[in-house]
Amino acid sequence: MSLSSKDKAAVKALWAKLSKSADDIGADALGRMFQVYPSTKTYFSHWNDLSIGSGPVKKHGKTVMGGVGLAVANIDDLVKGLFELSEKHAFELRVDPANFRILTHCLLVVVASKFPADFTPEAHVAFDKFLAAVSLALSEKYR
Amino acid sequence: MVVWSEQERSIINSIFASLDYDDIGPKALCRCLIVYPWTQRYFGGFGNLYNAEAIKTNPMIAAHGIKVLHGLDRAVKNMDNIKATYAELSVMHSEKLHIDPDNFKLLADCLTIVIAAKMGTAFTADIQAAFQKFLSVVVNALGRQYH
Repeated sequence: MSLSSKDKAAVKALWAKLSKSADDIGADALGRMFQVYPSTKTYFSHWNDLSIGSGPVKKHGKTVMGGVGLAVANIDDLVKGLFELSEKHAFELRVDPANFRILTHCLLVVVASKFPADFTPEAHVAFDKFLAAVSLALSEKYR
Repeated sequence: MVVWSEQERSIINSIFASLDYDDIGPKALCRCLIVYPWTQRYFGGFGNLYNAEAIKTNPMIAAHGIKVLHGLDRAVKNMDNIKATYAELSVMHSEKLHIDPDNFKLLADCLTIVIAAKMGTAFTADIQAAFQKFLSVVVNALGRQYH
């Protein structure tokens, strides 16, 4: 399920519309994920506040979306472009890759709720494929 | 035994009370067929599914989307016993339709996204949590009788 040139164009077009609100999207998706999928909170036991809209959640949402933006910029070679992030996730963070799918879903829900007109089925399939490819690149060094 | 809070019951009933089945049903099914194209394997007799445009304008798909969405009504009315309520439907999906139960989750995810698009910022985390809990119980019940 690799990205065709049509997929890449669709992702870039969608990202152009989303990028101004990237921080909000990230914070919303992360906060939502902690509430809807409580097991994901286990990776953040060192935070004092995981509620929606809290300082740590907003800050981390921005960090995560920065990663997504980096991926968009490196869409032609995600493994190379996300090399450092991949090492970080493999050796330092060690997030179980199943959680990437969970966060992906929450991102899609937030994008759908904030940009219903732009998040057509065609944009949806391209973005879902893209985030799946990003997840794969992030888990590249796991084993 | 699934335990529902009063808030969760209220959220589920409220979503379905104001649901536009004729709009949401087709949208959810179309999205599933477009985003997860392998699900088209179950729709061999449904005419032209050649591309996204064809799927979106296919009247048989639209009608089926409405039918599937109404299939959830019995679960809404029997939230404390969804497993038993769907036992027959589960057998049908297994023995007659031969649908891989993994597909139920794909359709459930697409329905969640279509509802999120409709409700916009009103689709809060609380509502998402309750709705996804409801759908996961339904998905589970539908796959229960497979053997």
